[in-house]
Amino acid sequence: MSFDVPDDLRYLESHEWVRVAGDTAKVGITAFAQDELGDVVFVELPEEGAELTAGEDFGVVESIKAVSDVYAPVSGTVTAVNDRLRDEPELLNEDPFGDGWMLEVEVADESETDDLLSPDAYRDQIE
Amino acid sequence: MKYDQARWTDDSEDRYEPLLSEKASKTVDIEDSSLPDDLTRDNLSLPDPAEPELARHYTRLSQMNYGVESGPFPLGSCTMKYNPSFTEDVAARADAAIHPGRPDSTVQGTLALCHRLQDYLGRIGGMDAVTLQPPAGAAGEFTGIQIAKAYHEHNDDERSEVVIPDSAHGTNFATAAMAGYEVVELPSGDDGRVDIEALEAAVGDDTAALMLTNPNTLGLFERDIEHIADIVHDAGGLLYYDGANLNALLGRARPGDMGFDVMHYNVHKTFATPHGGGGPGAGPVGVREELAQFLPNPHVRERGGNYEHYEPDHSIGKVHGFYGNWPVLLKTFAYIARLGDEGLRDASAKAVLNANYLAEQIEYEVPFGPFHHEFVASAGEQDAADAAKRMLDYGVHPPTTKWPEIVDEALMTEPTEGETRRSLDQLAAAFNAVASDSDAELADAPSRPAAKRIDQATAARNPRLSWQALDDT
Repeated sequence: MSFDVPDDLRYLESHEWVRVAGDTAKVGITAFAQDELGDVVFVELPEEGAELTAGEDFGVVESIKAVSDVYAPVSGTVTAVNDRLRDEPELLNEDPFGDGWMLEVEVADESETDDLLSPDAYRDQIE
Repeated sequence: MKYDQARWTDDSEDRYEPLLSEKASKTVDIEDSSLPDDLTRDNLSLPDPAEPELARHYTRLSQMNYGVESGPFPLGSCTMKYNPSFTEDVAARADAAIHPGRPDSTVQGTLALCHRLQDYLGRIGGMDAVTLQPPAGAAGEFTGIQIAKAYHEHNDDERSEVVIPDSAHGTNFATAAMAGYEVVELPSGDDGRVDIEALEAAVGDDTAALMLTNPNTLGLFERDIEHIADIVHDAGGLLYYDGANLNALLGRARPGDMGFDVMHYNVHKTFATPHGGGGPGAGPVGVREELAQFLPNPHVRERGGNYEHYEPDHSIGKVHGFYGNWPVLLKTFAYIARLGDEGLRDASAKAVLNANYLAEQIEYEVPFGPFHHEFVASAGEQDAADAAKRMLDYGVHPPTTKWPEIVDEALMTEPTEGETRRSLDQLAAAFNAVASDSDAELADAPSRPAAKRIDQATAARNPRLSWQALDDT
């Protein structure tokens, strides 16, 4: 089974994606990650204004199978949180790259994104 | 002051204690409340059944349930053996119910029994000292690793890692992390056992302990255990035994003789005390002599024919109050005392025989083997969780599913010594019926039990935390 790995995103080995546009970044988890987790039942995210550090956990995703930490692809300040996930955690399963986004972050250091996985590298990892 | 039958009078001060019947009939007014009015209410929406209705309600719930008294219960790695009911009778004896604060000199019988149980468990595990304090298996693990940590700290030996095989129980990883250690996960070898080369690479100056269960969760005995112990000990680490699978070894092999330094006993698995449900449980911990000074406080010892509580010299402190979970320990004692050496050896023999017999009878692929107390079959192309739900339709409890992950679609099965050949055949028939069922039949299962397939995701997303029936809301 092959999973969608959009070409305009960068990835972490721990299955988060990030879409960087200028100094803003949108963060979520991949289609592969949601499939591994199974039905997501609860998402815990930081508040607006929280500071993220690249590589450190910023939230928790709970599915019927597992509870997993979610890691920040980049450092920066949270500028928006997807509040819909509070009542509709299933968005992570249904549309992980779209309506299931988690955070918007004001990126502190754009050069950090150079260390992230390219779509091809992530594809290799999950195949 | 002089006392009459039910009152006293003090003539010198003209004081007089009235009889109860002379006192005001209303001394405590329950209408009064110290809470503000907006926090109190007159009506609570609670059910108000008559006693027979309540009795019927609970009986009905128990009939919807499936327990080891309903049929075979082969939940792997849990050792869901039948608990003989005489242990309940022993624990319910009035003379077992002493106040835990009584002075040691007045509870010598109770302390003697604790001391004997420490001794029994020590001999069964090949350990030099045993604490009965920890209130559950996982609490025992945590206590054991704290003891290992105290030992290293006592020797001014900074160590930061605990090594755990990938087939280990989840509690091992949690214990090590809770104790502040980095977890180093050890991949299993092709034969399902510890990979010696991987172990040698993983163990070093930072290794505080290797946590191992033997036989492992695949039901396989770690044949190289002495070599494994040498590798860990040569690096200055300790060897921790997870007692989850001790049922396979009773009276035949002892962790202490294999080189283990610390172990916990899951008395709810091995010694027929009730399983979980939030407790109360017990998870005694055994250690070799060098570690006895770190045992939790209090410990029970014998001095000149008397028994007493005392605090070991470098105790890690308290892990539970008073005697630990005393009624559970009493059941453990009763079970061991009733079975004796011969009975314990017979239990492990039958546990192993039953697992191997069942593994031979079922049509699913069963990798590895021969086994000790349990085996892991693979549901193959089927989803193990669906197969398990389908087994409910055939009137038996399913095995543990999808774990350990080193076997695809795992069906981890442990029949225990309590099952007869007839009930093992019944179990095998259920396995084999499911193995030949279609995907559609599996997807709809279970259809026969009181509760049909539960929508786990909706249940977790929108939990209904009310006693009211759906129609009432």
